[in-house]
This record gives sequence, C-alpha cells and structure tokens, in this order.
Amino acid sequence: MTVVDADKDVRGPSAAPQEVAAPLLQVENLHTQFHTSRGIVRAVEGVSFSVDRGEVVAIVGESGSGKSVTALSIMRLLPRLTGKIPQGRVMFDGRNLLDLGDDDMRAIRGRDISMIFQEPMTSLNPILTIGLQIKEPLQIHLGMNDEQAQARAIELLNLVGITDPERRLDQYPHQFSGGMRQRVMIAIGLACNPKLIIADEPTTALDVTIQAQILELMKNLSRKLNIALVIITHNLGVVARYADRVIVMYAARVAEQGAAEQLFHKPRHPYTMGLLRSVPRLDRPRGSKLETIEGLPPNLANVTTACRFAPRCPFRIAVCDQEPPLYPTDTGSLSRCHRHTEIAEGKIVWASLGGAGLNFAANTEAPVLSVQHLTKHFTVSGGLRSAGGTVRAVEDVSFNIFPGETLGLVGESGCGKTTVGRLILRLEEPSAGEIHFEGVNLSTASAAELKAMRRKVQVIFQDPYSSLNPRMTVGQIIGEPLHVYKIVSGRKENEARVTELLGHVGLRPEMAERYPHQLSGGQRQRVGIARALAMEPSFIVCDEAVSALDVSIQGQIINLLEELQRKFRLAFLFIAHDLAVVRHISARVVVMYFGRVMEIADRDVIYSDSLHPYTKVLLDAAPVPDPTLEKLREPRLIKGELPSHLAPPSGCVFNTRCPLASQECREVVPPLEEKRPGHFAACIKV
Amino acid sequence: MLRYAINRILLMIPTLLGVAVLVFFLLRIVPGDIVEIKLRGDGGTVTQETIELERKRLGLDRPLINQFGTWMIDMARFDFGNSMWTERPVVTEIAGRLELSLQVAIMATIIAVLLAIPMGTAAALFRGTWIDYTVRLVTIGGLSIPSFWFGMIIMLTLLSLFNWLPPITFTPIYVDPVANLTQLIWPALAVGYRYCAVVARMIRSSLLEVMNEDYIRTARAKGVYEKLVVSRHALRNALLPAITVIGLEFTFLIGGLVVTEQVFNLNGIGQLFVQSVSRNDFTLIQGMVMLIAAFYVFVNLAIDLLYAVFDPRIRYNS
Repeated sequence: MTVVDADKDVRGPSAAPQEVAAPLLQVENLHTQFHTSRGIVRAVEGVSFSVDRGEVVAIVGESGSGKSVTALSIMRLLPRLTGKIPQGRVMFDGRNLLDLGDDDMRAIRGRDISMIFQEPMTSLNPILTIGLQIKEPLQIHLGMNDEQAQARAIELLNLVGITDPERRLDQYPHQFSGGMRQRVMIAIGLACNPKLIIADEPTTALDVTIQAQILELMKNLSRKLNIALVIITHNLGVVARYADRVIVMYAARVAEQGAAEQLFHKPRHPYTMGLLRSVPRLDRPRGSKLETIEGLPPNLANVTTACRFAPRCPFRIAVCDQEPPLYPTDTGSLSRCHRHTEIAEGKIVWASLGGAGLNFAANTEAPVLSVQHLTKHFTVSGGLRSAGGTVRAVEDVSFNIFPGETLGLVGESGCGKTTVGRLILRLEEPSAGEIHFEGVNLSTASAAELKAMRRKVQVIFQDPYSSLNPRMTVGQIIGEPLHVYKIVSGRKENEARVTELLGHVGLRPEMAERYPHQLSGGQRQRVGIARALAMEPSFIVCDEAVSALDVSIQGQIINLLEELQRKFRLAFLFIAHDLAVVRHISARVVVMYFGRVMEIADRDVIYSDSLHPYTKVLLDAAPVPDPTLEKLREPRLIKGELPSHLAPPSGCVFNTRCPLASQECREVVPPLEEKRPGHFAACIKV
Repeated sequence: MLRYAINRILLMIPTLLGVAVLVFFLLRIVPGDIVEIKLRGDGGTVTQETIELERKRLGLDRPLINQFGTWMIDMARFDFGNSMWTERPVVTEIAGRLELSLQVAIMATIIAVLLAIPMGTAAALFRGTWIDYTVRLVTIGGLSIPSFWFGMIIMLTLLSLFNWLPPITFTPIYVDPVANLTQLIWPALAVGYRYCAVVARMIRSSLLEVMNEDYIRTARAKGVYEKLVVSRHALRNALLPAITVIGLEFTFLIGGLVVTEQVFNLNGIGQLFVQSVSRNDFTLIQGMVMLIAAFYVFVNLAIDLLYAVFDPRIRYNS
C-alpha cells in the first residue's frame, strides 16, 4: 500500500487556511443526558468546540468522559428512548442539526457527515455483502443506479488500498481481516464525499502496524479531499501525530482545548498535565516510577458543583469548590482550571513521585523459569472449501526469566504471545520443547510437583470484566484459592488474609463484600492481582494485564505491579502489545512475530538500538505523544498484513513484509543468534 | 454444503437406531401386552391356552432379541409390519392420519408466521409503547392458554353466534377444498395462537438485540432509511433464531396434538397415538415413534441448512 504522500504535513495548526469563513461544524453548549432507571446521567455538559473545513480535531478523554456521546449527539444517533439533548446547538454548514426533522437529518448522515466506529469486527452487517454495504449510501444519497454505484464502489476500494476490488465486493465481512474491515468502513464513510468524518476510536481494536496504515490513510485522504476529521481517541500518541487541535474531556466537560503543539508542550490544566505524565513513552528515558493520577473519575449520576477534577487534583485549593469556567490562557488554549495562570507561570508542577526505580542488576541466580525450544502446533480440520492443516502458533521459542525480573513479551495479535503464556501455565500441552520451573521439568513432573507449581505460578488476565465470577463477592474470589490449597485454616484466618491481600493491592477491607459489577475497571484488575497474590506465587504471567484500562488507571496498576514485585520478589512474564508499557515495566524484552522469536534484548537496547527489521517497524509504527516529534517524523509503514497461518511463508516468516527481504530470506529460516552480548536476533541481514 | 447434508443424513442412521432400541425395549418393559387387552379387555374369560395361541400367532412368544432383529430387518426394507390390533399395515394406518395432521401443522405454521413477524417486529420497534404492551399481553395469553381450551372456546363461539359447527368428517383438500378448510381452519387457529405467541416473542427479543448491534448504528450513520434499516439490516438477522423455534414447533404439531384433536374430533396422529398406546399395539407405536423421530431429525437438518442460506458465516465446511 502506498499511503506516504508526497505532500508532507507542512500546515501548522495556527495556519488554518479558512479563517475567514464560518467553521464547518460548531458545537455550542451541548448537553446530553441519559434517562436511566437509576436516574439521569449527564454524559455531556456544556461542550462547545468548532471544526474548520479540512481540519483534524481530536477529542481525548478516558472512558465515560463523554467523548463518544458528543459524537453520537452530533450525528443524532443516541439511543432513542434514553438519550436526550435538552440544551445546545450543533451548527453544521449553516444549519442547526438539532432542529432538523428526522428525515432531513438522515439525509445528512452518510452524505455530509460520515462516522467510522471503533469495532470493525461488529460494525459491518455480517449477512450482507461488502458491495451492498458500500453501494447503499451511494444509491440512497446520490441516486446512483446499480452500475454507477458498482463503479464507484470499486473506485473506493482502490482508494482505501484493497486489492482485487471487483471480487472483494461480493464477499462478506467475515472474509476480511480487522484492518481490512476498517478500510471498508472508511470506504463507506468516503462514499458520498462528505465534508466531515467523525472517527470514534478508529484504530483501538487494531495492531500497531495496521493502526499506522489506517491512520495514515485517513489523514492523507482527508488532506487530498479536504475533508474535516474529528478523531475520538484515548491514545495521546495518535493525537500528537494527527491532530491540529485537541479537546480534552473529563467527566462530561471540556477540561482543556487548544492547538496540539501548545496543549502537549504547555498544558494549562492539571488533568492534561497528569494525563501526559502517566503515559509511558518510547521517546524518553524510562523514569523510575510512572506518574499517575490517583483516584477515579466521578460518577456522572451525582456530581457536585465543585471542580470535577478537584478530588484527584494535587493542586486543589478552596476556590476549587466552585466549578471553574473555561478560561482563555496565555497559550491561546482554553482551560477549565482556576489556577491556570499559576500553571502558566510555572508555579505549579507535578512533583515527581521519585522513589527508587527497579534496579535490574545482572542476574547470576538460576532462572525461575526456563523455556527451551517451546513449540505448539494446532491442527485444523479441513472441510469442503478450506484445506486442513497445521497452525504453527509457537515455534521454537526459548527464554529464561530470573527471580524478581520482568520479561516483556511483545508482538501483534496472532504472534503466539498468549499461547506462550498458556503453555507456561499448563493450560495447553506443548507439542515440543521443555519448560523448567524452579528446576523442575514440567513435562516430566509428577502430579504433586505439578500441583506445587500451579500454586507458584499465577496469572493476571486482560479483561477485568469477564475474568471475575459475577456471582461471587470479592472476598470469595480472593479467598477461594486459599481454601482450595488449604493455605489458611478456618474462616477467621481466611478473612484476615483476604483483608491483608486487599491492602497489598490498595483496596479497603470493606471491598470484600462487593460484587465485581460494583467495581471500576481498575479496581477489578486490583482484585485479579490480589487473587493471584493469594497463592504466594514466585512467578506471575500478566497477559495484557493493563490493556483494557484507561491511561491514568493503567499507570496506577503498573506501579502497583512494580511495587509488589519489589516487595515479594516476583518474576513477571508481561505479555502486551503496547510497546511503551512493556518498555517501562520490563528488564528484558522478547519480540515475537508469527509464532517465532525475532529479537531478545535488554529493555533499553531493544528500544534504542534494535537490530531486527520487524522490531524497528514495530517501534516506528507506534506514535509518541509529542506533536513536534511526530510531525517531523516520516512514518515508515510496514506493508501488507499478517500472512495466513495455514500457509506460512517459507524461510523467514517476516520476509513477506520485510523491507530488507531478499531471495535468501525466502529460503533460509534465520536462527536466533547472539549478535551482541545478551542481544539476540533472528535475521540474516544484521 | 452438499457433503455436509449427506454427512448429516448418514448421521441420522445411528440416531434413529438409538430411538428404535429405546422404543422397542421400553415398550416391552411395561407389563401387560396387547393380547391380554384384546381378549380379556372387556372382562371376557378366555383360557390361557387361547392367549398363548394368539401370542404365538403375533410372534410375541419369540425371544426379544429375535423379535427386534425381525423388526429391524423389515424396517430396512421399509416394511413396518401390520398393526397388531386392526391387522392392517402400519403404513396404511398412519398415512390416513398423517395427511390430516400434516395439513393442520402446515396451516398453523402459516397462520403463526404470518402473524408473528409483524407482531414481533412492531413490538420491538415500538418497545415500551401501547403497541408493545398489547403484543406482549396477547402473546403471554397464547403461552398460558391451553390450545384445547382455546379450541373449545372457538367451537362454543361458533355455536352460540352462528349456530354452526364445522364438519366432523375429514375431506381431503383435493376432494373438496371448502369442506376441508372449513373443518381444519379452526384447529389450526387454536394451535396457531400458541405457536404464534412463541414465535412473536422470539422475534421481538431477537430483534431488540439486533437493533442494538453496531452494524445497525453503522446503517443509520450511513443515512439508510429507517424502513430499510429494519427490513434489510435487522430483520434478516433477527429471523435466524426464530427459524429454530418454528421448526421445533412444527414437528411437535405432527404428533403432539392429542387433546386438541379430541376437541375438534379429528382423526389425527395424536389420536392414533393415544389409541395405540392404550391398546399396547406394539408395531403401530413403534412405527409412529420412528416416523416422528425421523421427522424431527429431518426438520433439524432443514433448519441447519436454512441457517447456512441466511447466514453467510455458516458454510459447514469443518
């Protein structure tokens, strides 16, 4: 795919060309409420912003901040029975969208304003062909006949980089990968040449390399066709790379808004400051401890008149009992903080949490876990259309983890990283290779040894919503393994231990009485950690343990994990797709691709001086939260997608996408070699 | 898909074999046999000798495994034997009744589906309004009112309002469609009410679920007409689970209308079932159980194949 356009971004945010004309979209004092059985939830309160023609505006915020609801309010796609807009105006191209009749509004949707949603997997109708779904708006809005619509649909698929469009039009969504489906969604969004596209977390569900492809595509198309873009996201890196202006939302209100450069470099609201500090960053040396914003966002069903961020704000003073208005600041941005001038004068700075960082001295001890030539093949039974075959989920993976150390395992979906975790946990039987835990070979271990190992090896899962039994209280969830393994005797002792464990993860003892649905995502993940700690493990597999959490909460959990690691001398296998998070927490990092290890090195080496082309591509694709750096950087996009597991490439598995690939790469499987001391890479070119 | 269908049809053989074993031996575990009922049923006195003779004539004196073997071999040649009571072939006995039962089942299905789709759709689209409440009230009635009672009410209403009752002798539809329909429309309505209620509720709940799907939001965001959102994007997805219910209800109607048939004085499969069971007519019971089992398996296969037609994700290739 060629999305790297010749015309690079030369347009600074301050040099918006259409300054004279009225903005394309102007949202004024928008209020959106949900009337639920438990009262009125004020999801958006008094939000105002504008978008010029051809401009890229990002709305950032954590879950529940009202950013998606704002978008749905503009589109008037709120749930009919519960969603209400009691106040506000949405001026679009001279008309107030909130005053339009249903059919007039329908005529604007898909014609002048398109929307692209987060979940490409569920956003397309599974029983209709892609062609029908692309042609639909063309026929409805532009009155095209089938032939014209077909021609335009083919043109659109070409535009979004889908090859062989004639054939693909007759296919159904399940025959497309996630990235391809998002391209189809973009094609639908572009179909009628809209003036504005609203993209709600368009790449959150996608891998980094695919995310980069999709975002570059959207940006280039919007530049080329002069389409304004509103990107809703929680990823500050994405914002830095693509947005001209940024709106930061917190608890249903705009906390700060302004030009991207200003907002990232000179934030004028404590929340923005905190948010920027709590993201682990690839472009900075790793700090000792991740800064976080303590506490949780307020419940929108009952808010007070105080500043909404005050309960979590380290700089709150008496006046913060009054909700601040949006003050204009010295940088030209707007900030909802009474103390914005003090921030501007540099009188308010977030104190560094300091504290001794994790010190990873060279480990001379015996490894707690040693994995050698681990291999897992799944057989897939064939059928009428697809031939059966073997999926090589994990192929010849070897590494060691030492006591008290964190080994990061990164890779994109389908690279086998989760399978490695499951093999270590003995949830899957390896096809070949050995796993030694504390010196015991698990394939030949006796039942008693295995039982002891199961106690010592614990897991923390990704999804704090579905990995806790909804019918059990927190106390029962944490106390159950204590009971099963007879670690404590009697109820009293069990309760005492549960209280102690809750204390370790920073939860109050009364949490033991609660059920999972009464907890926030971060609290649930803490419960998951407490449950793992209950067994007094020496090794924990963290499978995407912080991926589902908001940025500020993610920082809290990472710090907790590090603290526990120090306290109990735990070893972690930290499986994740977020490179910055892995870098922050790990001592050494393993990069996997398509079931194989590509590179193993110390944390800082792999990020500053990686050898393998895949690692380089992966690092390049991840945007860093700094607009100045991002705008200077020419993204080196990786071409193509993950090959089919049923037809793996010959030779090096990465050769189909590798910029360095040669004939030799297609013939020889590169061995994992120690290229420098302690730095392994599987590539014949380096 | 063809291979899948053939596979499934082959899989029917062990299923039906299991049914055959179960019905054959369960019948014989129950004490008493047809000869006792036949000869001593009216309190008549017959010598033990006569009974033994009759048993011998019907082959009931042979070892069980022997009897079972004969039955299986005959079935493999599509010979289901003769009724032990009437001495007529089982196939003949069933065929006459099946025509009627099948027609009632088909008519009830048509009535139910024609009513259920608009009712369920309207209830889901106007959720929480009087339309929804009316549909829910009507359908909860359909679920809680027994079909035979509703049938009786229909009969009594016809009698008291029009002083008319439907004909009581069955005329095949190809002989006299008017006479046929005036007789069978009432039982079809009586059982169709419950049937319609089940299907309408199913459509309502699955449509409510589908309307919350992301792809419905996508369709609206594209500016698709609301009518088209429902008919093209939502309803097709929502009908899938309803197909299963329709299939299962249909097969139930073939053999399960025992009391309703009685109310309308119909000589259907249900009646025949009751008769043959009370007479311990082994061959006839076995024949009917096998028939209904085969029906179930076939309808299930038909449903699965229909699913594949409606849902491109299912292609049965593994």
